[in-house]
Amino acid sequence: MAKRIDLKDVDIYYGAFHAVQNVNLTVTPRSVTAFIGPSGCGKSTVLRTLNRMHEEIAGARVDGEILLDGENIYDRNTDAVAVRRTIGMVFQMPNPFPTMSVRDNVVAGLKLQGVRDRKKLDEVCEASLRAANLWKEVKDRLDKPGGGLSGGQQQRLCIARAIAVEPDVLLMDEPCSALDPISTLAIEDLIADLKTEYTIVIVTHNMQQAARVSDQTGFFNLEATGKPGHLVEIDDTEKIFSNPTQQATEDYISGRFG
Amino acid sequence: MSERIDQRAPSETDSGPASSPGVPAPPPGTRRRPSSRRGETIFRSLTTGSGVLVVAAIAAIGVFLLIQAVPSLLANQADFLTFPSFNTGDPDNLAFGIRDIFLVTMFSSVFALVLAMPIALGVALFLTNYAPRALARPFAYIVDLLAAVPSIIYGLWGILVLAPAILPIAEWLNANLGWIFLFADGNLPVLSGTIFTGGVVLAVMILPIVTAVTREVFAQTPRFQIEAAKALGATRWEVIKMATLPYGRSGYIAGSMLGLGRALGETIAVLIVIRASTSPMGFSLFDGGYTFASLIASAASEFSQPLPTGAYISAGLVLFVLTFIVNALARLIAGGKVNG
Ligand SMILES: Nc1ncnc2c1ncn2[C@@H]1O[C@H](COP(=O)(O)OP(=O)(O)O)[C@@H](O)[C@H]1O
Ligand SMILES: [Mg+2]
Repeated sequence: MAKRIDLKDVDIYYGAFHAVQNVNLTVTPRSVTAFIGPSGCGKSTVLRTLNRMHEEIAGARVDGEILLDGENIYDRNTDAVAVRRTIGMVFQMPNPFPTMSVRDNVVAGLKLQGVRDRKKLDEVCEASLRAANLWKEVKDRLDKPGGGLSGGQQQRLCIARAIAVEPDVLLMDEPCSALDPISTLAIEDLIADLKTEYTIVIVTHNMQQAARVSDQTGFFNLEATGKPGHLVEIDDTEKIFSNPTQQATEDYISGRFG
Repeated sequence: MSERIDQRAPSETDSGPASSPGVPAPPPGTRRRPSSRRGETIFRSLTTGSGVLVVAAIAAIGVFLLIQAVPSLLANQADFLTFPSFNTGDPDNLAFGIRDIFLVTMFSSVFALVLAMPIALGVALFLTNYAPRALARPFAYIVDLLAAVPSIIYGLWGILVLAPAILPIAEWLNANLGWIFLFADGNLPVLSGTIFTGGVVLAVMILPIVTAVTREVFAQTPRFQIEAAKALGATRWEVIKMATLPYGRSGYIAGSMLGLGRALGETIAVLIVIRASTSPMGFSLFDGGYTFASLIASAASEFSQPLPTGAYISAGLVLFVLTFIVNALARLIAGGKVNG
């Protein structure tokens, strides 16, 4: 079930390094939010705090509140593993389990949740692969290793794997940056489809892509290297690309820097 | 190599006087290509040369051993493969076979491997996936150091401390599980100095190297695979199952085979620990006897006469083939992509 995300006064650190400063934003259910901004401004860092992957790095820490339908995912009693089971993530480099079969890759998350029923697993496998626009290409090689697919297919396999558990939120960190233009288009179409059921947050380097796929766009920036990144503004995608409030946003989208 | 560079330098450069031997002036533009191509030629002939040399040396050693072994094998009165004892006292009446030696070698080494493999796996997983960072680094370092210490050091500890300590375990196994052939009464009057004892000592000896190799491979599990599992909500153990083990499995097997190879060839410790027996080997861990390596070492004093010597050389050749087969098997199991 798609859920709403609220970030309140979020500060993110890598040890002593203050990576991102004071982020406040809201993501509504069944919408696509894009994060844009120059390299190193903390887009991935923010994204990785949303499913508590950030804390896997030694010394990494988050201040402030991140609420999923009002519940703080950083609550003392909340288990990071449980959070990640309901928030899917797709990475920059496609990362299927290389030796696992295509089928086992797709249902890996379900198996972690204890689903054993073979029929149910097969159903979900097919439905997820169809939703990821990959079914036709792999239906005859479900038992072949996931590492044998092409880059674009691997990324769609990773999306199928992420949505197989019907997550509350789907996070994507530059999912197309390692792909060719045709695979990129396939994935952008897919995002448009998935929006009807999922809350999606996508980091992208590509402003056209942000404009094409997202409803809301957040622009991150940093004043200088070594300074923390911050959210300059976040608004409807149309507004950001036509009439942003901040001069820095205007400069960035018009290509005057970055 | 420097000789060749010297030869070319004066003929090709008119800028540099011959007084700069070894290091010619930095080549401008066009000169880079021929010089790097020459480097490649030199390097290729060096590597090809050493490769050929190694293969030729091994072949020569093999041929030498075979030539020594053949007369003894021809003079052998017993069947080499199935005869249980190794009688070379009378050069005119050789009767030697490797049945028991083969069995003792395999039983002690495989038993050692069975003991060492799970422990090595546990330690490697602990160091790569569970230990706090502050602990994992120094421990990994220590394991690597331990692996570099000659195994006889651990063998000494095994002989002096562990062997007496495990006697009650041996007695318990023999008393309660004696109906299993592995724990049945052996060909020795006592339960110490058996293959069981030797296997435990060997396990201690090979544990560091197996652990070090396994830990190293596990530690190289690509981050993206670990993150893929974690992002799906995998617990530590599940991350191990989904990422670490699939990636490190072949390296673990390769490391274990390295350990098995060491156990197969271990000489002194086995010679000290495992007692010889006059009766043939059954199939019990409480049997005694010689392994290939300890047999050869024990007979060194007989090497003055060619026929008995040839008998031991033929035993050595079998050990050679055995290690070769073990390695080939390991590669087969590891699917040809050993990461270690
Ligand atoms: N694992 C890490 N350890 C320390 N610093 C990091 C780590 N990952 C990223 N950073 C730093 O955090 C800042 C933000 O990085 P990142 O979120 O990757 O930026 P973006 O995705 O916008 O390019 C950068 O200064 C980067 O160097
Ligand atoms: Mg990034």
